[in-house]
Amino acid sequence: MVSPHLVVGERHPRLDAMDQTRGAVIYADDVAPPGVLVGRLLRSPHAHASVVRIDTTHAQALDGVIGIITGEDLPTRYGILPISQDEYALALDTVRYVGEPVAAIAATSATVAERALALIEVEYEAMASTLSLRAALEEELPLLHGDGVGRNVHRSVALEFGDVDGALRSSHHIEEDVFFFRGNTHAALEAHSATASYSPQGKLTLTSSTQVPHYVHRTLEKVLGLPSGKIRVIAAPVGGGFGGKTDPFSHEIAAAKLAMLTGRPVKFTLSREEVFYTHRGRHPVLMWLKTGFSADGNITAVHFRSFLDGGAYGSYGVATLYYTGALQATTYRIPNYRFEGVRAFTNKPPCGPKRGNGTPQPRFAIECQLDKASEALGIDPVALRLRNLVEPYSSTVNHLRITSSGLKECIERVVAASDFDARHGRLADGRGIGIAVGSYMSGAGLPIYWNDMPQSEVEIRVDRGGGVTVLSMAADIGQGSTSMLATVVAHRLGLRMEDLNLVTGDTDLTPIDLGSYSSRVTFMAGNAALDAATAVRQQILSVVGRKLEVDVADLELAGARVFVRGDEESGMSWSEAVQLTIASDGPLLATGSYRAPELAGPYRGSGVGISPAYSYSACVVLLACDRDTGMVEIERVWLAHDVGKALNPLLVEGQIEGGVYMGLGEALFEEQSFRGAHHRGPSLLDYKIPTALEMPPVETIIVESDDPEGPYGAKEVGQGPLLPVIPAVANAIHDAIGVRIDEVPITPDKVVAALRSAERGRSTRFGPSGVPAFEFPEITRVEPPVGFGVT
Amino acid sequence: MSERIVTLSVNGEPRSVIMPDNATLLEILRDHLELTGTKHGCDLGECGACAVLVDGVPVLSCLVLARDTEDHQITTIEGLGNGAAPDPLQVAFAEFGAAQCGYCTPAMVITARALLDGHGSPSEEDIRAAIAGNLCRCTGYIKIIEAIESVASMGPT
Repeated sequence: MVSPHLVVGERHPRLDAMDQTRGAVIYADDVAPPGVLVGRLLRSPHAHASVVRIDTTHAQALDGVIGIITGEDLPTRYGILPISQDEYALALDTVRYVGEPVAAIAATSATVAERALALIEVEYEAMASTLSLRAALEEELPLLHGDGVGRNVHRSVALEFGDVDGALRSSHHIEEDVFFFRGNTHAALEAHSATASYSPQGKLTLTSSTQVPHYVHRTLEKVLGLPSGKIRVIAAPVGGGFGGKTDPFSHEIAAAKLAMLTGRPVKFTLSREEVFYTHRGRHPVLMWLKTGFSADGNITAVHFRSFLDGGAYGSYGVATLYYTGALQATTYRIPNYRFEGVRAFTNKPPCGPKRGNGTPQPRFAIECQLDKASEALGIDPVALRLRNLVEPYSSTVNHLRITSSGLKECIERVVAASDFDARHGRLADGRGIGIAVGSYMSGAGLPIYWNDMPQSEVEIRVDRGGGVTVLSMAADIGQGSTSMLATVVAHRLGLRMEDLNLVTGDTDLTPIDLGSYSSRVTFMAGNAALDAATAVRQQILSVVGRKLEVDVADLELAGARVFVRGDEESGMSWSEAVQLTIASDGPLLATGSYRAPELAGPYRGSGVGISPAYSYSACVVLLACDRDTGMVEIERVWLAHDVGKALNPLLVEGQIEGGVYMGLGEALFEEQSFRGAHHRGPSLLDYKIPTALEMPPVETIIVESDDPEGPYGAKEVGQGPLLPVIPAVANAIHDAIGVRIDEVPITPDKVVAALRSAERGRSTRFGPSGVPAFEFPEITRVEPPVGFGVT
Repeated sequence: MSERIVTLSVNGEPRSVIMPDNATLLEILRDHLELTGTKHGCDLGECGACAVLVDGVPVLSCLVLARDTEDHQITTIEGLGNGAAPDPLQVAFAEFGAAQCGYCTPAMVITARALLDGHGSPSEEDIRAAIAGNLCRCTGYIKIIEAIESVASMGPT
């Protein structure tokens, strides 16, 4: 009897788990080709300055220095988004933050390289720097990008769906608040590393710790002027990504250029300090949020304004800006909605995408404000959320298509598991419980470079012994994308995961996947893998059907056998079936692909936020807060996540636990903080991330809403679970001690300040008091879908 | 910087290396002995990713001069287990999903091995305290603690 074939839904270790635990995984920093040179970057000591002169003569003369390059050697601008191509690999005329790369050296040893850095003479002409949101938006200062002085605005947006003013006028209750989410950074354990080599026949190979080999490939093609076929980018297994390795970086381009110039391999591994300057982390976002409610608690309208401190360059910032306003409506039904946002340039390391890109900040604001409204309206916070939920298979006011949603079940299950109703408002003073929800995309609906080609492709090759190799450019950043591909293909072909070989993240060998960002890989690469596996399956069944003279529909593929359904002894083994197929049809290989459906709404900017499916989460946090010290101790976290279908519950749990962990760090102590233009502590000693001593027990609850378009019903889990954690902490603190901390991170000094203020009979809140004076552009009015607008 | 030949005992084998006096144990292990299972995370003793055992005690190899370990037994992740047979901790970390990106994993396993060797039956609090100097950015430590507990409950290994 062949056992029932289960791969999807089984708890299964990662394919490479034993390599990981035995220290056998080769990360980018473990790559050391013969003759490799050590690369180092010279970085700017100025926040904002013209580069007047660079003299490398003395450095060049040092024994062991093999190559030096400066901005003039790489004069082509690039950037991850086509609309913000504003970076140079090495500063050309201007430096825009302390730590910006200015020159690069390849030397025979680290000692020589570092000595040579000190011998490069750079003459700077410092200019006034822009160091805060307010300075950027309210003062006339030298422009970061462009000539002269003015407001350092990168991009602004103003959209309205329905009639917000009309709806607010007729609302029973209005909540108006200002929130500030201070920025933080990824702090992956692995520092960025890249090694380039250049063969005498003109082939460049770059092995890098990158989440996006395809975009690195594109950038090298542009900046180096080489044809794409002469560049091979290999994404090494990434030692932690979280969005921090999703841009093309200076050290990657410098390694490539120096390898081409010297003819020797060149390797750059960033120091921990350099990682903090390279950054691309969570944007600081100041938010003004005004929400109207009917007497029975229905949301009538939302007016939201976001002010993003982008740092010195664009990175993903335009997308981040739009994301701060895009996903509000995926959890709660908002009939009328106005979103105004602006991203400023400041002379600090560039912000970019971190887990949840642009959505944890507004989620913090929305969920904290809902709790305030719940008190004002006298409606329980759970009931208030439940009565406003978005219906599955509906549309949002800003034209996002909603398919499966398990949000209601997520809320009900965390509430039940945590005994929320019995505890909320009823715990002893100093202990509190809070709830919040969240939602995230299963992949951005549009590729970064708009085109009609697939967003993900997978190839499967079967050898004559029945061995199966799956090829995909998807980069495993620890989330387990490689194992996910194996799960999908093995399930479809009736094999075991460990029977498969996976080749991933190599632009020479693997068909395209756009990369590990926007939680797109399970949905998109998973669907492409399913498509390819289905093609292999159909081909084999068709050949075996002819041979056995049975209808293909009566054949089953399971347990590494092909047999007539109901008779496992019939038919043949997998390898016999493969040989039969190759004898009949020639080489057995198949491709599959995925492209998201057309989802964009009828307005400019509608490309951000659309996704083929949304994941949902609900979180309850139980904590204790010390009234004297302001210290918060998290006692327990419950997190329910609608992942559509858990392809591998072991890995799904891991993502949920990791998301809770990162969310708690952001909620309580992480901040990318500056004293003027200088990072306050670019080290893991000063930038504190939670250790095993701070991490509370987490109860994970997997909810499966079975998405109709996901591979076997699956949706994302890598980013969504982080979102509700932060506001759930803030809401629990309020439940514990009666004060509102409207600013993240919620550090003890803020808690104590709010308590002292409350004791003096003043505000029971700590948070920002206002927003910069900024004139948003004229509002673009968009007709909402039928059923929305003032009712 | 003067250089000299130093013979280290690494995973039970004598390894002679010409090294400058200021070479750290991490540099020698990774760059000279090609034992890249020991990871470089910060070079400042902040992250714990470079932990190895010196005479059975976990030390941060980025903070130790290689020459000072000359008369001591060094064990790296590659030296755990018995030849082809992995250490039970390595199996448990794999089975419990205790590694995601895996970058902190070798040092985490090393640290756990020292804990179990020195402590008959550690409590959950003992485990948390033992790995508090090993940062992990992916897992929230939950499955790491479960994996260590599972091996601890099997008794001496």
